This record gives sequence, C-alpha cells and structure tokens, in this order.
Amino acid sequence: MRKGGGVQIRGLRELGIIVFIIIISILVGIRNPRFLTWGNLHDMLLDTAVLSVVAVGMMFVLVTGGIDLSAESVLALTGMVAGIIIKDNPYLSPVFMLLFGLLFGGFLGAVTGLIVAKGRVLPIIATLSMMYIYRGITFIVSRGEWIDAHEMPESFKALATGRVLGFSNLIAIALGVYLLFYYFANHTRTGREIYAVGSNLEAARIIGINTDWVIWLVYTLSGALSGLGGVMWVARYASAQNDTAAGFVLTVVAACVLGGVSISGGAGTIPGVFLGAITIGIINNALPMIRVSPFWRMALQGLIILVAALVNVAVARNVERAQLRQREELRMVRHGA
Amino acid sequence: MGERILELRGVSKFFPGIRALERVDFDLETGEIHALVGENGAGKSTLIKIITGVHQPDEGEIFWRGQKVTIPNPTVASRYQIAAVYQQPASFPHLSITENIFLGHPFLRPFSRRLDWKRMHDRARELLKSLGSDLDPITPVGTLSTAQKQIVEIAKALSINAQILIMDEPTAALTKREAEELYRIMRELKSQGTAIIFISHRFEDIYEVADRVTVLRDGKKVGTWMVKDISERDLVRAMVGREITQLFPKAWVTPGRELLRVEGLSKTGYFSNVSFTLHAGEILGVSGLVGSGRTEVAHALFGIAPADRGKIFVEGKEVTIRSPLDAIACGIGYLPEDRLQQGLFLPMSINDNITIAILDSLTRRGWLQPEREYEVSSKMLELLKIKAPSIFSLVSSLSGGNQQKVVVAKLLAARLRILILDEPTHGIDVGAKAAIHQIMSDLAQEGFGIIMISSEMPEILGMSDRILVMCEGRVSGILTREEATQEKIMEMAVNVNWAKLQKKEKVGVDYA
Repeated sequence: MRKGGGVQIRGLRELGIIVFIIIISILVGIRNPRFLTWGNLHDMLLDTAVLSVVAVGMMFVLVTGGIDLSAESVLALTGMVAGIIIKDNPYLSPVFMLLFGLLFGGFLGAVTGLIVAKGRVLPIIATLSMMYIYRGITFIVSRGEWIDAHEMPESFKALATGRVLGFSNLIAIALGVYLLFYYFANHTRTGREIYAVGSNLEAARIIGINTDWVIWLVYTLSGALSGLGGVMWVARYASAQNDTAAGFVLTVVAACVLGGVSISGGAGTIPGVFLGAITIGIINNALPMIRVSPFWRMALQGLIILVAALVNVAVARNVERAQLRQREELRMVRHGA
Repeated sequence: MGERILELRGVSKFFPGIRALERVDFDLETGEIHALVGENGAGKSTLIKIITGVHQPDEGEIFWRGQKVTIPNPTVASRYQIAAVYQQPASFPHLSITENIFLGHPFLRPFSRRLDWKRMHDRARELLKSLGSDLDPITPVGTLSTAQKQIVEIAKALSINAQILIMDEPTAALTKREAEELYRIMRELKSQGTAIIFISHRFEDIYEVADRVTVLRDGKKVGTWMVKDISERDLVRAMVGREITQLFPKAWVTPGRELLRVEGLSKTGYFSNVSFTLHAGEILGVSGLVGSGRTEVAHALFGIAPADRGKIFVEGKEVTIRSPLDAIACGIGYLPEDRLQQGLFLPMSINDNITIAILDSLTRRGWLQPEREYEVSSKMLELLKIKAPSIFSLVSSLSGGNQQKVVVAKLLAARLRILILDEPTHGIDVGAKAAIHQIMSDLAQEGFGIIMISSEMPEILGMSDRILVMCEGRVSGILTREEATQEKIMEMAVNVNWAKLQKKEKVGVDYA
C-alpha cells in the first residue's frame, strides 16, 4: 500500500479478514465440496454485488462520522421509478437505466446531504426521516403495485443474466465501482479531504477544507450508489416491489463494520469494505450449504459482527494503555534524574 | 538577532466578564527564541490565538515585517508564514504523516489533478530527515508518541516555510532526551532565521534555549528581559508579584476530627503517590499548573476516573470508590470545573437541579412528594441568596454566579461532609465570587471539610488553611497558611531545579 499512501492502519486488519474468509471457505468446502465450485462462487458474488456497491457509499458517510439510514429507501424508490420507466419505455437502453439510477439516487442523496450539512440535523435523525419519506414516496408512485418480470424487456433483465469475461454484468459493474472509488479515495484531493473531515473536523476546517461541502458530497455519493444498486436489484430479481430491501441498510452497515470502517469516523478503506461485503456474502451462502438452520443464521451473523467489534475495542484499549504507560515511564525518568 | 518580523501594539481582548489581555505590546525578531511565561490564565494562550488568527483583538494593531495586517483566520496566518505547534498536536490521527503535513496544500499532478503521493512522501521524508527523524512518512500519526507528533507538526510548519513558529509547551510531555532533541531542532531553525515564540512552564527550557523572555500576568505584560539578565528568582517574582487587594473571609476554625485521609493514591499516566489528610472545618487549597494532575486527583476521589492504587479513608474507615455513586455514599461531593458541561441541567428549573441527586429521599412509596422538593429548594434559594424569581425559573436564565450557587445548592442538599470544589469561582463576577467565598467559609464553620482546587493565587492564599501544591502528577509539598507565599507556591508548582540554581548564583557571586 506504499504507493497508495492513504490510511495505513489497514494491513493487519484486512489480513485478519482474509484469513477468516479462507478458514471459513476451507471448513465449508470440506463439509460440502460444492461450495468451492466456480458456479457457486459466482452465484455468491452475484448475490453480493448490490450489497457491495451500496456499502461503498455508506463507507464514505461513515468515514465522516455520519450514517445513511436512507440508503435502502433510496434503493427501493430508484428501483421502483426505474421499473415504471422501463415498463412504459421498453426500448430504453440498460446503460441509460444505470445512469438514471446514479443521477436519480444522487439527487435523493443530495437532498439528505443538504439537510445534514446545512440544516445541521444529526445524520441519524435526518437519514431516518428520509428513510421513511422515500419509502413512502415509493408506495405513492407505485400506487401500491409492483412490477413483474414479464413487464420488463429482455434487454433490461440481461443486465443480470449477461456476462462480461465470464462474470455477470452486475459483478463487473461492482468491480468497476470499486476500482473507480479506490482511485477517488486514495488519489484525489477531495477523497482525502473526506478522511480529514472524519478524523478531526475542527482541524479540517482550520486548514481550509470546506467541511459542509464534503459532508454534503458523501450523502450525495451514498445516494448515487444506492440508486445504482436499486437499478441493479430490480434487474437481478426482475421485479420492483414496494418493500424492496427493507432492513437492508443494516446489512450494509454490518459489511462496512466487518471491513474495518470506524463508526466514529476517520477510518475505512475500499479494500476493507470489499472484504466485509464478501464475508457477509459467504456467511449467507455457506451457512445454508452446511445445513445450518435458517433460524440460527441471523444469530450467527450477529455473533460474527460482535466478535469483530470486540476485537476492535480490545485493540484500541491496548494502544491507549501503552501510551499511558509510556507517559508514566518518562515522568519517572525525569523525576529520577 | 535580525529584523523585527512581528509586532503587537496595545493589543486587548475581552471575553464576557474577563479581560484576557489588556494593552499588551509584544515583538519578535528573526532568528530569536522568545519565551512567553505566566501563570494559568495570564493570557498566554489568548495572545497566541490572536497571532494565529483564532481570535480577533478588540483593540490594538499587528505589524508583520513593518506592515500593518489583520489575521482573520488561521489560513491567513499561514499565508504570513505563521505556524503553531501545540503540546497535544491537533492532528488527523487516522491519516499518514505525509497527509498530516500536506492536507492543506497537497502536491497535484499538473493535468490529471491526481495527488502526487510520490513527491509528497519524498518531501515529507526530506523534511523529517532535516529534523533528524527517520520516521516512515506513511505511518499513521495516531500511532506516534507525543514527541514524534510534534516533530510532524514542525515538519508541517517547515512545509509552508514558516518564518514565525509558535511552540505551546512543547516539552511538557517529553522525556529529557526528547526535549534535548527538540532544543537542538529549535536552535537549528533559529540559525536559519526562523523566529520562535516559546511557551513553557519549565524554567529549565527557558534558560536552555530562549534569548528573551516576556512575562504576562492577569492579562497584562509585566516586562521583557534578555534571559541572561534575569535570575530565576526574579522571574518567579515577576510571574506572581501582584498585590493582594481582594478580601477573603475564611474565618479560623479549629480543625475537628479527620474526615478524609488519602494514602499513596496513584493513577498510571496521571498522578502518583498522592497523600494528604482533610479535617472537619478545614479548607485544603490545591494549587498547581494546568496538567499537574489536580483535577485528575479530584476525579479519582469522586470516582469519575478511579485511581489504580492507593487507599482512601473516610472518617477513619477505608473505603473503595469506583463510581460517583460510591463517593456520594461516603459523603463526598464534587463541584466540577466546567459547570455548564458537568454541573448543571440548563433546560431544567432551579428546583429540578437542586433535588436531582436526592430524589430518593423525597419519595413516599416510590412516588415523589413535590411539596418536600419545593421545601428543600426554597430553603437553599434563601440560604445561598440565589437571585431568581422563583425556584421554577430555568437555570439557563441565571447569571454565571447564580448558576454556580445552584451547583453548590445541589451539593448541600445531598447532606455531604466532604466537598471538592474545582475552580469554584472561575469565570464569575466579583460580587458573586465574594458570596461563594462567604458560603465556603460558613460551610467550614459548620464542620464541612473542603478541598478547593484553584488557579487563582489570591484565592488559594486567602481561603486555604493548608495548601497542597502539585507538579507533574506529584505532590511537591503542603504548606500551612502561615508558611505560604505566592513565590513559594509558584516555585513548587514549576519545579525549579534549586540545586542547579544555587550553583549558578554562586558562580555569579564569584564573578562579582
């Protein structure tokens, strides 16, 4: 990571997740060899594509010390509007629909961002309200109806079924998002300013960063990626429903946390979020394959996140204790001298 | 020494109720290290904040290289090549050294506007090397020691070609060797023509590196001297030498039985081996500079941040205090330094504030008895002469002095025996101050034991029966009322190396 030069606390942490992923894969592979087949791994990645795209946007919000609960409703509303448009205009190109998702979601996110950055409403409150508002608008525009597979043109559904270089289009899109935002986070001034705002807001303001603009930007980005995720979701499941992705936002946050993003801001990496999303994908895919009861699945998922969080706390506490000990020692030296 | 690079003429700054700075003149020349000293609250920080553009002066003028300037914010200050290094550097802990140095002014590639990490890393490495450090610039700043963080801050200052470098107590958290390394860097910068303003409580530092020293006291300038022309004793005198004009009403009370005894109280990294006793009817003053561990000891006694080692005895019985609840059960009350943050519920009424800690005793079968609540708070309103329309007035509508009385009322309502008052009259007007002092004196007479932490020398001298002085987490001594003078307290608080000083004076005599 020398040439990236960004946040360095990663290394160890990401290695930990990779080791965890490998151990799980081997254990599950022994119990059920089908797990490690190309077909299954591809399915797993396909199931994780939307989650991983939305998680990138969430990461930037978390890095500034905020949270975007409205992501799931932006996803549902954008998906619904996209579904209605494609139903009425089946000749529209799928690429156009993806762009529409980015722009429409970005607009929804920009509204939320304005409320947080200029309205000074706490992120959790502002995005909670917008979560309900956008979900409500989803019902209003759909008049409570949903859009079925047979109402969508084949060209649109091909977004999920078509392949590039052996990967589903959706996986390719997700990988593209990761490459683009890896560059953005590590090699652009704005990208680094997001980290600065989350690491020390006051200091960021003092060195002349437009902190309000940065905060507005991360919610806009989160909205845009949620909108993109919405279009991907509708193509993948070939249906747009009113309750699409209800509760999904917590899975997104979980993927970020597993990937080492700090809820209190300042820390979080694109590779980390990628691994976090993959880990969630593996848990969801592997547990049924080794016949873990679905009743147990959620509890196990929670347990894994909890362990990850406890490890974080333990590491932080050790660092603090070491610093205090160091301070004490130097005082002893000074007084002894 | 070279040309005059910075000059402040007649600079004043007023905060509500306080004159932080009053018509202060200050000047700085290229290639000099100019020490700035004074007690807590003397105005050093305010002066620095005016120079770095954090505060605006209410009166006076600033000249930069002979031309009159205004410094409306820190960004403009850096345009005038002014940079500051603080004791605890305000940095971005999650980000690398390189980013901490260059965030405000990154290197970008000409066309792509892409960050030029390679050039930034190389430049950062160069800067660090010029400061004698071989830290890897990709290291996150949060993992560095304080000394290393300061070196990063200095590198940051160098990266904007700072000609005026302000160092606020840079050696306070350093070991001897680290401090010596810092002196070396300071001398090096000085030889290159950088002007350095240097704030320190440690006389050792001042005599080691500074050329001139300016003393502030109560927001006014006492004077500027060449360091080689002023002895440490005279410097101490300049820092504290004020006339005591205020009257303090602490009446003599024969100390009663022992209320509190503390033996070898320690908390790693904050204070160690603190021992003292407190008797009924006594006010024990606690003095020391910021960072000496005074407040941390109070927090340990009140269970906010419990001590690691040591024993606490209340009325002869050993007690364990792990939380404020434990402390209150032992009869210990605490009046926090920051009353707005820790002492009051601003949007609630006087009545609610006073009775909040004793609601248990005002209930019958689990139901609150409002009449009894009102009775208690009305009595307190009268006793402490709180100026408010009624006990139902909101605390947020009261003046600072009356708010402080409400905090005291809350303590008194809880039937305690030992009161810890942290800066009880900080930031309140003279009239309210006298009233609080009268209340404290009355309480002592009634048999309370009071520990009073204060930065104000006259208050410490006037109100205390005994004075405990702390320095760098240790008790440097306990003085009785008769022994105590401003000079003695200040000497104990700054930890002057007297052995070394006496040697120096002898040398002086020989020369004479």
